Amino acid sequence: MHHVLVDQWSQRSSPLHARDPRAKVLVLVIFLVALATTAPNAFPTLVIYAALLVSGILIAGLPPGGLLLRSLAILPFSLTFGLITWLAGDGWRALGLVEKSYLSTLAVLLIVATTPLPRLLAGLEALGTPRLLVLMAQFLYRYLFVIAEQAQHIRLAAACRAGISRTHRRAKFRAAAGALAVLFARSYYRAEGIHRAMMSRAFRGRFALLNPLRFGWLDGCFAAGVAALLILARAQ
Amino acid sequence: MTPVIEVRDLHFRYEDGTQALDGISFTLHAGETVALLGANGSGKTTFVLQLNGILEGQGSVAVCGLEVNKQNLAAVRSKIGMVFQDSDEQLFMPTVLEDVAFGPVNQGCTPEQAVEKAKLALRQAGMEHALDKAPYHLSAGEKRKVALAGVLAMQPEILVLDEPTTFLDPPAQINLLHLLRALPQAKLIVTHNIGFASALAGRAVFFEKGKLLADGPIEEIVRRFGWTYSDLAADLRYSAQRRF
Repeated sequence: MHHVLVDQWSQRSSPLHARDPRAKVLVLVIFLVALATTAPNAFPTLVIYAALLVSGILIAGLPPGGLLLRSLAILPFSLTFGLITWLAGDGWRALGLVEKSYLSTLAVLLIVATTPLPRLLAGLEALGTPRLLVLMAQFLYRYLFVIAEQAQHIRLAAACRAGISRTHRRAKFRAAAGALAVLFARSYYRAEGIHRAMMSRAFRGRFALLNPLRFGWLDGCFAAGVAALLILARAQ
Repeated sequence: MTPVIEVRDLHFRYEDGTQALDGISFTLHAGETVALLGANGSGKTTFVLQLNGILEGQGSVAVCGLEVNKQNLAAVRSKIGMVFQDSDEQLFMPTVLEDVAFGPVNQGCTPEQAVEKAKLALRQAGMEHALDKAPYHLSAGEKRKVALAGVLAMQPEILVLDEPTTFLDPPAQINLLHLLRALPQAKLIVTHNIGFASALAGRAVFFEKGKLLADGPIEEIVRRFGWTYSDLAADLRYSAQRRF
């Protein structure tokens, strides 16, 4: 079940895991604003941002390689747009697109990997995100796991019948299209089962937390400290 | 005895036109265990989904004296606990403790009360050691126990178990049998496992094409509908001789 690795990381304990999600979200927003307004050729500033993120990863006790590699997932998109921008003659902007998208992804991943999703969403709701949006994110996250699990089962079943390797490309495409249709039908059926189980246990449209959010002085210090560092780095 | 479930002339048709339930009347008394038998697609699961208002048909359904309707839905769902066939569908929270506490929290308990109830239910199910584990790390038998604990934490008066022995090996089935026997709640068990049903239930009802054909002692129902195999190997040999 490798698709739940980030979820497992978020269950660990560390000084960063212990911080209130609202503090982490505020810091993330400040980070993203600082990053977005930094010039693409301000390399010392960008290095400080990267160093802050790596320090966060180390403090959280997460595998740096794992997070740095996972953040590369954004590159196919940012490289495409970067290439288009570069071909249009704006080299610095192209570089900025790639740098900033990678660092933004790493920052978001760090927050997600240090905050269990129900707490993160409760934090977002407490900061004023509409409840409907939070609920949709909650369901989307749960059903992504359902779809991933169903996809794994279909892939395994196909592999057991050598349905993938010995066929022609066209046949492969047809099989994949068929499998995709089955995947959605099965996922829908499975999601319906989960919904029934939730309703049977008196679900009323809100995921309540067993440990309610508490914004303590340590959280305040953390948010203020990191924000100050970011502002200093940005101002240099 | 007071009936905890009273169903009168229940009809239900799916959107595709399939008549899934056709005039079902049924009564379950406090502390009683009843097995629901019948072929796949005969209406057993559709019937139990009517009991907590997940599906809504025509007719009357009352649970612990409460009519199952939109106004009473929350109260009804607190009275009747449902353990589904596939435990994976029932375990959706990040940890076992959070999952088991999900029901009590929705019932309006404070987090402390919910944790207390969840721990008690996990102890009852013999799963107190798995509090902080992720549900997907458990074995099939453990998942079933945690799913049951999730329902027990809501302190229901009735337990409905849909195919409780699916995916369980024989030792896990025996384990579950002991656990269920020790529970005082009235139970409805949807199953094809006659041995399991006989060990738990004194009474059975038989479904066929959406109708409740018979209601009586489980041995009688099993005999009447030939709903068992005493010796599967002998039965296979016999049918092979007749065919060839």
